[in-house]
Amino acid sequence: MRKDYNLEKRKFVIAGFIVVLVMIYIGRLFVLQVGDSKYKENADSNAFLEKTIYPSRGLVYDRNGKLVVYNQPAYDVMMIPKDVQPFDTLDFCQTLQITPEELNRRIETMKKGRNYSAYTQQVLLPHISAQDYGRLQEKLYRFPGFYIVQRILRQYNVTCGANVLGNIREVNQSDIDRDEYYRPGDYIGDLGVEKSYEKWLRGRKGKEILIRDALGKIKGRYNDGANDVTPIAGNDLHLSIDMELQALGERVMQGKMGAIVAIEPKTGEILALVTSPNYDPSLLMGKERGNNYAALIKDPRMPLFDRSIQAAYPPGSTFKPTQGLIFLHEGIVDLTTAFPCHRGFISGGMRVGCHGHGSPIALKPAIQTSCNAYFCWGLKRMLENRKKYKNINEAFEVWKRHMVSMGYGYKLNVDLPHESRGFIPNAAFYDKIRGAGKWSSYSIISDAIGQGEILATPLQIANLAATIANRGYYITPHVVRKIDGVGVLKKSIERHDPTVDKKFYPSIVEGMRMAVTGGTCRGANLPGLDVCGKTGTAQNPHGRDHSVFMGFAPMNDPKIAICVYAENSGFGATVAVPVGAIMIEKYLRGQLSGGGEARANRMSATSTYSTKAYGTKKQGSKSPKPVSGAKASTTTAK
Amino acid sequence: MELQQQNNTEGASLLKSVDWITIILYLVLIVAGAVSIYAATYNFDKSSSMFDFSGFSGKQFLWAGLSFFIGLSLLLIDRRLYEAYAYPIYAVMILLLIATIFLAPDIKGSRSWLVFGPVSLQPAEFAKCATALALAKLFGTYGFALNNWKSYAIAVGIIVLPILCIIMEKETGSALVYTSLIFVLYREGMSGFVLFAALCAITYFVLVLKFASVMIMGIPLGMFIVFIVIMVLIVGMLAVYCRSFILTRNVLLGYLGAGAVAGLLAYFGIVINGYAFFFTVIGVSILYLLYGMLHDDMRKVLLTIGFAVASIAFMFLVDIAFNNVLQPHQKTRILVTLGIEDDPRGVGYNVNQSKIAIGSGGVWGKGFLNGTQTKLKYVPEQHTDFIFCTIGEEEGFVGSSLVLIVFLALILRIIVIAERQHTTFARVYAYCVASYLIFHLSINIGMVLGLCPVIGIPLPFFSYGGSSLWGFTFLLFILLRIDADRKSYGSW
Repeated sequence: MRKDYNLEKRKFVIAGFIVVLVMIYIGRLFVLQVGDSKYKENADSNAFLEKTIYPSRGLVYDRNGKLVVYNQPAYDVMMIPKDVQPFDTLDFCQTLQITPEELNRRIETMKKGRNYSAYTQQVLLPHISAQDYGRLQEKLYRFPGFYIVQRILRQYNVTCGANVLGNIREVNQSDIDRDEYYRPGDYIGDLGVEKSYEKWLRGRKGKEILIRDALGKIKGRYNDGANDVTPIAGNDLHLSIDMELQALGERVMQGKMGAIVAIEPKTGEILALVTSPNYDPSLLMGKERGNNYAALIKDPRMPLFDRSIQAAYPPGSTFKPTQGLIFLHEGIVDLTTAFPCHRGFISGGMRVGCHGHGSPIALKPAIQTSCNAYFCWGLKRMLENRKKYKNINEAFEVWKRHMVSMGYGYKLNVDLPHESRGFIPNAAFYDKIRGAGKWSSYSIISDAIGQGEILATPLQIANLAATIANRGYYITPHVVRKIDGVGVLKKSIERHDPTVDKKFYPSIVEGMRMAVTGGTCRGANLPGLDVCGKTGTAQNPHGRDHSVFMGFAPMNDPKIAICVYAENSGFGATVAVPVGAIMIEKYLRGQLSGGGEARANRMSATSTYSTKAYGTKKQGSKSPKPVSGAKASTTTAK
Repeated sequence: MELQQQNNTEGASLLKSVDWITIILYLVLIVAGAVSIYAATYNFDKSSSMFDFSGFSGKQFLWAGLSFFIGLSLLLIDRRLYEAYAYPIYAVMILLLIATIFLAPDIKGSRSWLVFGPVSLQPAEFAKCATALALAKLFGTYGFALNNWKSYAIAVGIIVLPILCIIMEKETGSALVYTSLIFVLYREGMSGFVLFAALCAITYFVLVLKFASVMIMGIPLGMFIVFIVIMVLIVGMLAVYCRSFILTRNVLLGYLGAGAVAGLLAYFGIVINGYAFFFTVIGVSILYLLYGMLHDDMRKVLLTIGFAVASIAFMFLVDIAFNNVLQPHQKTRILVTLGIEDDPRGVGYNVNQSKIAIGSGGVWGKGFLNGTQTKLKYVPEQHTDFIFCTIGEEEGFVGSSLVLIVFLALILRIIVIAERQHTTFARVYAYCVASYLIFHLSINIGMVLGLCPVIGIPLPFFSYGGSSLWGFTFLLFILLRIDADRKSYGSW
């Protein structure tokens, strides 16, 4: 045999070729398997289908144990477009009782969706009926790529209290970013207790880990279900709201913008939390939620804005009792101190108007008649008392501390979202907007009568009524009395004792009682119920005065404290007092008397919606009128 | 009595002289293969025994057992029979391949399977063995040498005949396997230039297609690069092959000068058309070489010129062929493989899923039967062409590298066996076996790893199917038998 050693060397070329190639392949394996972890993640999302099992959301009961909010299952037909194989469209449509055109339209709509992806579950038909669900479930195996997901819809037994109850909506990206519990498609509470008690209501989702093959076919449970999680149902809520009272409040507030807050003084439980205009909570449920929500958002009267806790209004004369308390506590006045009032406070070149009553006047009758001059004099005397306070700043800080201790200027921390804190200015605030040393008791005198920079929520005003009813303390107002399985939340029953000595409260109570028996709120004088009250007629930059009433009853064993705030409705006595009386009567007597019913009908037929466009400024009679160049102090604090 | 004695000694000497290393490597691969098939077809819902004959792995074990038995029987056949009947076996196989075109039912567009009741056989797998024997016989013929066109024609004819038959069966992948026999021709004296040219052709092809979309100097970037590669190769050939210092220097300086002028013009905003530039520069250099070869080794310079012209022609041919001749699906396959098109749900699905499966294995793998990707059928053809995915996913980097190393060891062992033969017949046959294995391994693994186009050929000993397993068993055990007898032959 011929042996060619030159050719034999070529074995190295051939062997070298395969050696190099295998080394390249091992290098490639290294890159794929050791270098890059993205393949591992891809693999898991390929093979495991985590099926979420939604727990039943907590139910909501009212004060009397009546079921208010409950769940109803709803079914969404989902589809993963890439898994869909040719299917009997006609059969599919017949099963769901839709036309093929409708189906095509739905698919088109789905594809236009913002988060559309052919690889993930997309909602094809939301909220199909239980019957359709049953029929489709049986045939589902014929339609690969289609799934049914059970959803929970909220159902409401009432048409009122939407601001308290809230609603649920699908989570958005920021919810998901904030709390890793949520996944796209989950529901979350929006507004009301649905939002503030979300953590208890939602329960805990369960999950089932399924193994899925390339065709999307489920091949069984992973690890025999050992890694599955059983869902835990949400906790039920018991509201302190009396739904009948709430419904009545919403009825009598028809045609008016404003709020009613009724509190049980001893417990801080909110009995009714009315905002007007309002809406049926069922509007924000189910298929039409989106459209309805958009309509509510666009409504210029802002029904989604809960005026009872979110609106910061000038409290007007309802503020006067706080002033009386502070003056008494600080020793600025005693019950016998009387100030002159000649149809107003006239001093230092300015005048704050008042109405006809005797003069000079002491504290109790001043409350009875809602005398502006008395409280202006009181505040002036306090701020200018240089024996007690070094300067006006110190005096004003003392005043502010008392106000804050009575629940003003900060959130009361009611158990509902988006509460406003109102506004109580401090000395630094005036130093800033007027300049240090450039403001005096005159320039801020309207604070004494709940005007000026002062802003309060109807809840804060009702809370003041509760504080006075309790003769000097309040419990954090709240709408949820009890969470089933959890009990009472400690933070919702915190007791607060304002800095004013409790011994001064009875005089204020007497003044408020006198206002009902023979003063500004005679309209609330319900026989046998011993109502105590205080009206307010709050001057504001939006038009006609706001009509305000604050009160409680019965005088000696208060069961209800209330604030009624009706925007642009004129004197306190015109709208707020009768509404307050209706609410008190209903709550204390369980039903309205014939006269009360007539009054309720009259009130619900009264509309005070401002005919003027918002923003028109109107000078009220009580605004401090600058006589010599001082700027009007009616600007709303920012 | 005496006869029996002789038989005994023959049996004993066979046991002694047979290459046990190859047998052990073969057994390791074949068992690992069947176990992998069990893993690849394992069903989470209803797991069955590895040896259940109704399952893929059970059948594969059956095939493996039978093939080992066949292998042992082959060892008992006198090697002279293989040599003597090489041509008749080849002729019968070719006839069978042709018959298959007409007899085989259409399975997924391919007519390559002969169905005998429950058993299907693919004659193309066995034709490999016949072709190897015929080629070996040809080279072993006294006085045969690859030094004239007639010898080339016969050798290439033996290789091309089965390729044509198998292409007619629409099994392009299996047909391409025979092109690997170019290694055998190379080993037996074919000019290395052919291998070099083949390498250049593949490089041009990839470059032209990969960079077809970007334009530079008015021509596609791919062509621009190929032009430069051609210029570099011309200079390289002048230096290494022609060994002419003066020609190398002058051509190199010419190219550099032209490049500098073009660069300078481009700097001032004057862009010359690429075709005009390269044709002028390369054309001038060729004219210069035609003049220069009068003083030098004419043949080698002519070859260099021929190479340059052929390269440019090939480059344009690729462009035209790709855009006008290939079917759209073939184009997509090539483009996806070259990474030009990304299409993870379409043509790239297999490769993408296969990369996910392998990549998810990590260093140590997910453990036997714990792979999710392959078992849940994300990877198609996982028990046949894509079996390596299962190994990658379940045995990880360590396991899959080990499999590659065992294959490498087997191939290198066969090369060692080839080189220790005393007859051309035996050596050529051994190289045929090595070439087939090299081709199958490089294309199959390359495809699974996303480095080669998806050409449907099995991974030897691993992919499910009796034909492939038996085909390689025939190849290997005939080699072992021939090798066992090496000392009795041709050692003069």
